[in-house]
Amino acid sequence: MGIRLLINLARFVVTYVIATVAVFLFMRAIPGDPAQIALGVNATPELLAKTRAEFGTDRPLIVQYFDWALGLPTGNFGTSYVTRQDISPLIVDRVQVSLILVLLAMVLALAIAIPFGTYAAVKHRNPSGIIVSGISQVGVAIPNFLAGILLVVVFAVGLGWLPANGWTPPGEDFGDFISRVVLPVLALASVQGAILTRYVRSAVMEVMNEDYLRTARSKGLGKLESLIKHGLRNASIPVLTVTSVQLAALIIGAVVIERVFVIPGLGSMLLDAVGNRDLLTVQSVVMVLVAITLIINLVVDVLYTILDPRIRKGA
Amino acid sequence: MDKKTTTGALIDVRGLTISTKHRTLVSNFNLRMNPGDRVGLIGESGSGKSMTTSALMGLLPEGVSASGSIQLAGHPRNLVEATDRELQKIRGKDMSMVFQEPLTALNPLMKVGPQVAEIMTSHKTVASKSAAQARAVELLGSVKLPDPARAARSYPHQLSGGQRQRAMLAMALANNPGLLLCDEPTTALDVTVQRQVLDLILESVQERGTGLLFITHDLSVVANVCDRVLVMNNGQVVEEGDTGEVFSNPQHPYTRGLLAASDLNATDADGRLFTVASAASYIPPLAEAQPVVEAANAEISDLREHDQAAGDTAPEVPSLISVKDLTRIYPVGRSSLFGKRSEVHALKGVSFDVAAGQRFGVVGESGSGKSTLLRILAGLDQPTSGSVRVAGSEVAGAKERDLVQLRQQLQIVFQDPMGSLDPRMRVRDIIAEPLLVPGQKVDSAKHRKMVAEMLGSVGLPADAAERFPHQFSGGQRQRISIARALICEPRVLVADEPVSALDVSVRAQVLNLLSDLVDDYHLTLVFVSHDLGVVRHICDNVVVMNEGRIVESGTTEQIYDSPQHAYTRTLVNSSMSLRNELALR
Repeated sequence: MGIRLLINLARFVVTYVIATVAVFLFMRAIPGDPAQIALGVNATPELLAKTRAEFGTDRPLIVQYFDWALGLPTGNFGTSYVTRQDISPLIVDRVQVSLILVLLAMVLALAIAIPFGTYAAVKHRNPSGIIVSGISQVGVAIPNFLAGILLVVVFAVGLGWLPANGWTPPGEDFGDFISRVVLPVLALASVQGAILTRYVRSAVMEVMNEDYLRTARSKGLGKLESLIKHGLRNASIPVLTVTSVQLAALIIGAVVIERVFVIPGLGSMLLDAVGNRDLLTVQSVVMVLVAITLIINLVVDVLYTILDPRIRKGA
Repeated sequence: MDKKTTTGALIDVRGLTISTKHRTLVSNFNLRMNPGDRVGLIGESGSGKSMTTSALMGLLPEGVSASGSIQLAGHPRNLVEATDRELQKIRGKDMSMVFQEPLTALNPLMKVGPQVAEIMTSHKTVASKSAAQARAVELLGSVKLPDPARAARSYPHQLSGGQRQRAMLAMALANNPGLLLCDEPTTALDVTVQRQVLDLILESVQERGTGLLFITHDLSVVANVCDRVLVMNNGQVVEEGDTGEVFSNPQHPYTRGLLAASDLNATDADGRLFTVASAASYIPPLAEAQPVVEAANAEISDLREHDQAAGDTAPEVPSLISVKDLTRIYPVGRSSLFGKRSEVHALKGVSFDVAAGQRFGVVGESGSGKSTLLRILAGLDQPTSGSVRVAGSEVAGAKERDLVQLRQQLQIVFQDPMGSLDPRMRVRDIIAEPLLVPGQKVDSAKHRKMVAEMLGSVGLPADAAERFPHQFSGGQRQRISIARALICEPRVLVADEPVSALDVSVRAQVLNLLSDLVDDYHLTLVFVSHDLGVVRHICDNVVVMNEGRIVESGTTEQIYDSPQHAYTRTLVNSSMSLRNELALR
């Protein structure tokens, strides 16, 4: 177990280092001189040279790389070429917003998916199970921005219960935070919940056909009892895999919802930076995303080892 | 006995009929067992034997329903009409079950001890959870698991197949049920383990006076374990009676056919195995006759005389397959970060020669290295060291390009006829596929003709070519596999457990077919199997493998009649033949 964790940590570091090189090189491969872009076409050569020196882009690539990459672990991402602002505090802000939004949505999605998916699996021959399964199918087909707009139309514009958009950090005014976070989380969770319901359903159906559930029944356990005691933990393994992939995708995938609800998340930041050709910011956001994805994988791997004794080495 | 009802029977099943909406699976099944009776339920796949046991447990799959009456001692209700809640109190307490596949029948995420304890806590037959745990360890000890406390702390994957089945048995017997149902409990186990587990089951039920209903397709197992047998075919019991009586004097043609096909020691006038079709001339073994075993052996040696002639001159014939000092080491995941990678030595210096025209048997249990050997022979895996020459070409170290030649000379028939045929290809394309060798022109008309000829020689109708694999039975699929293997006229045919997934009656047919084709096509046969009876029938030379080594080699007679190595002796003594089991009753 400890060894496996160590190996995973080592893999984490190696992957991250490789990612920094790849991201750095890709960004430099994009044509265009940041100084030129910042100053416009009419800039004098002297001014350009001065700006380049200021940005540090006149130095050899390798120096630039280490300057940037060594700053990453300490949270120093450098200064934006476009806004001339320090990137780090901005990213910290945005990451908080995105993580809160996405994690809340994922927890809610699982809270929907596990009971409904299990129900749909157990009752897969009954009308009620087929209806649940059908609803989840419809949910999968709805794009989440549409869900978001519908929620705004009903709850914000129509009923006026909640604000239509905006963001308040939870530390500032918790009540306002809750009222603003409900709709975007619902919009994200409804679609994710529908997708996960389908996976939970198929995982549970698979498990229901397993011999060990028949064994449990032959011991005298009831249908539901045997499913809960022996089935759900087995079914949780494939669901965990899907959840981790969805979670990583959602952090950037939430950008549409961020736009609908005017929320300052990481996805919006990335899109703005790309639009402004703010290469250093793009580079930094991508590296934050890489880190988050790797951390998710690390956590999931630990969860696998806890759930499934067959993975534990030397056991 | 407090278990006795007014009728005195342990279980009384009358007119049990099981059906789906569209068809009847089992009709009018009757069974009456007294406490301590041991009854065998024999049948091939699809005979309805497993459905019958599921119905007894009240665990029929959705969409399948039962009618009739099942009376269990101590329960006034007809179990067919009982609710699931009522049945829950009976299952695992008054009757319990051991399943075929012990790996999948145990929850992989739960330790063995708690799984055994659960059957006691759920019926509240013990005072507390900790008492159940303690009792579980005792039970695991009573099924002769070495270090039961440790077994209780283990997960199923940490135990061997035989140990898992012992744990299943401990679980099933935990509440001292009056009736134990065993559904093919030893079919998935190795030969030597099978015998131990059977002995254990027999001992356990005799000790406790438990009634045993033993479901199997293997007649020799029934002869070993049961007093009484029921033979099922197509959902009906065709014959019932005392084991010795039924096996020595079968009344129904199906029983006679099944017996004839299972008896690998008996051959018809042409030296071929009996099939259901040719069973009329089969003489069943007599339960009383002791020396029948020896007689049968002598008979076989006589019959094989003409085959043997070729084998005896083997030293003069240059060998077609030559294997020298073959080793194969698989690296497995490291157990510590800086420690050495651990290794699995699948083959530890294996050498043998196979002469052209030989029928060469490779016998071994799971983990013996026989599958690795076969993969290397076929060029599907590369050895770590050593050399393999097949028909003049070196397999070890050969590139995929160079193996084209080998693949024309050596073809394989695999074990699982379900998994080894591409479900989306027509039979015609499956059989013709080995002809699509790079560098050779495709002549569809010629291919079609060759496929038709091959289908004819494996005994399939010509219109089979246009159909898909799922439209065939297991035996027919194995015929398709054989046709595919033989179409490019190889010199060597490798058969990897080709009949172990087949029913008994089909097994005899496929073995006869293989035997005929080996003669007709002048093939050299390498036959890999765990089943000593099958190898004995079909092969003239045998090597016995254990833990990556060849422990003994020789002619079939030498190996079976006077095994020299201790392992071979255990193997030969553990393997069951119908005649032996009947003689030993």
